[in-house]
Amino acid sequence: MQSAIAVRELTKKYEEGATGTLALRGIDLDAHAGELLMLMGPSGSGKTTLLSIMGCILTASSGSVKVAGREVSGLTEKQLPALRLEHIGFVFQGFNLFPTLTAGENVELMLDLKGIPKALAKKRSQELLDQVGLREKYDSFPSDLSGGQKQRIAIARALAGDPGIILADEPTAALDSQTGRTVMEMMSDLAHNRGRAVVIVTHDSRVLNFADRIVRIEDGVIAGPNATHVPPELLAHDLPQAAGGLA
Amino acid sequence: MPPLAQRNLFHDKVRLTVTLTGIVFSVVLIVVQLGLFLGFTTATSNLIDHSNADLWITSKNVPYVEQGVAFSERKLNQVRAVPGVADAQKIITHWTQWKRHDGGQESVQIVGINVDDPIERPWNVVEARVEDLKSPDAVILDELYKQKLGVSHVGEVFEIGGYRARVVGFTRGIRSFTTSPYVFTTFKNAQDFTNMREDQTMFILVRVRQGADVQQVRRQLLERVKDVDVLTTAQFSRMTTFYWMFTTGAGVAVLIAAVLGLVVGFVVVAQTIYATTVDHIREFGTLKAMGAPNSYVYKVIMKQAAISAVLGYALGMVVSVFVVQESQKGGAAILMPLPMAVGMFFLTLTMCVGAALVSINKVTHIDPAMVFKG
Repeated sequence: MQSAIAVRELTKKYEEGATGTLALRGIDLDAHAGELLMLMGPSGSGKTTLLSIMGCILTASSGSVKVAGREVSGLTEKQLPALRLEHIGFVFQGFNLFPTLTAGENVELMLDLKGIPKALAKKRSQELLDQVGLREKYDSFPSDLSGGQKQRIAIARALAGDPGIILADEPTAALDSQTGRTVMEMMSDLAHNRGRAVVIVTHDSRVLNFADRIVRIEDGVIAGPNATHVPPELLAHDLPQAAGGLA
Repeated sequence: MPPLAQRNLFHDKVRLTVTLTGIVFSVVLIVVQLGLFLGFTTATSNLIDHSNADLWITSKNVPYVEQGVAFSERKLNQVRAVPGVADAQKIITHWTQWKRHDGGQESVQIVGINVDDPIERPWNVVEARVEDLKSPDAVILDELYKQKLGVSHVGEVFEIGGYRARVVGFTRGIRSFTTSPYVFTTFKNAQDFTNMREDQTMFILVRVRQGADVQQVRRQLLERVKDVDVLTTAQFSRMTTFYWMFTTGAGVAVLIAAVLGLVVGFVVVAQTIYATTVDHIREFGTLKAMGAPNSYVYKVIMKQAAISAVLGYALGMVVSVFVVQESQKGGAAILMPLPMAVGMFFLTLTMCVGAALVSINKVTHIDPAMVFKG
């Protein structure tokens, strides 16, 4: 099976100070369509850097990154946004909705980037909001929405580009447990019922039960086996804070 | 495209107010400084530019109109004899003292003309006719200087250079670049007021015949009339303006103020637009992460800048027009001709878009990881 994202011998060095900081040191990782992959690890371990490189918004220092079968290293600054637009949807911890646009317009912005005509974009945006259960919030501004509603709008926006890959950074961190579970159910649905490759960076042990695979990053390297399915019942042993999952 | 630029601008009313205030301040500052410069520049050569002369004959090396040197009026006949000359008249412009009723003295600039000839005469005359100058001792001055010269109404009698002078009317908006107001009178009175000999004049103004080549007439005048300079009206106007604007402290100060107005205006606009863009830097980072090409982000930023420019310009012009109108009541006029108002629009647009370009540089270098920070 071809990987939606394939990372090989990936390193990332931040050129700061006299010696620089090696954030990632030889990562090999695949994310597959239909799979919900979680990246875990302590702060500063390099997981967000890895997610940024997988999302083509940060370039690797060495190694290979293939997105939808296409080698990313060597692509120009102009080609990278086009690749992101075509294949990747992002969900952020802080939602990153445009506060001056309504929920509907936030979704339509993505459709506009894809070149969808205005009338069609509006119709599609309403459908997407319907899918996340927020059609009635089409004209609401983000400031009038709860955290969970904002994240669902963000998911609708990520889906608007119809990407094969969803990258999410701490999508439940700012949400209560009930709302977090709703969001994770959506993520799970995207992977398992709609065939998306979903990669989630999280610290939230409550959501681990949704994972098909968990990869721990420590000091810029993958700690432990990579491609092994981790049964939920073992998570409590492997990951100290895994008890009390949402699902 | 969803109305991101408009919403970014109008969503935060406080920020919008700050942005527009910055632009309005800049527009008004630039209009006032450039308008003052233009007003002063115009005032320096007012007298020359409003004459109907094609050529001005002066003593040798007279640098500007206020610095005329007397020469024999017999040259007038020589001038009239030159082919191509349709008309020639003597005029005097010279400083002298005006004595107020309270005994105080003010410097004035006498302009002595031939009232019967339209080659040089006061313009914008109110409360009188130019012909009223034919009455004995008559003078006309601008209403702007009534207070300065202690004049309250037509008919009042004063002393100029020791001679009796009677105010027969006023002009409106004839400013002098110097502190000495123009006082129009007949050539004969001017000779008395300035203690000039009866056989002398300060300038001879020439109109050439219709169809005659001004430059050719000028060359012939130079050949036939000795010890004088012959200048076209445009030449003498430029010389006078250049003298006042570039060889005197006052002119240079106005010039520097105008340049500073431009610089400060641009800096204020640049800071304002930059701050507006940086306020939304995280959103632009998100846009880029979503896959928006730089051109899309630039379009949003440029649109914001353009809308700010249009609104700032419109409001700025309302304030500027008010300031310009109020300035007409004072001694230092601020001029805003239509080309300047139109030019100001494009300058505002350029300033805002230029400032946006500076902020675009900031957006181009957004740390991509920014979007992942909570």
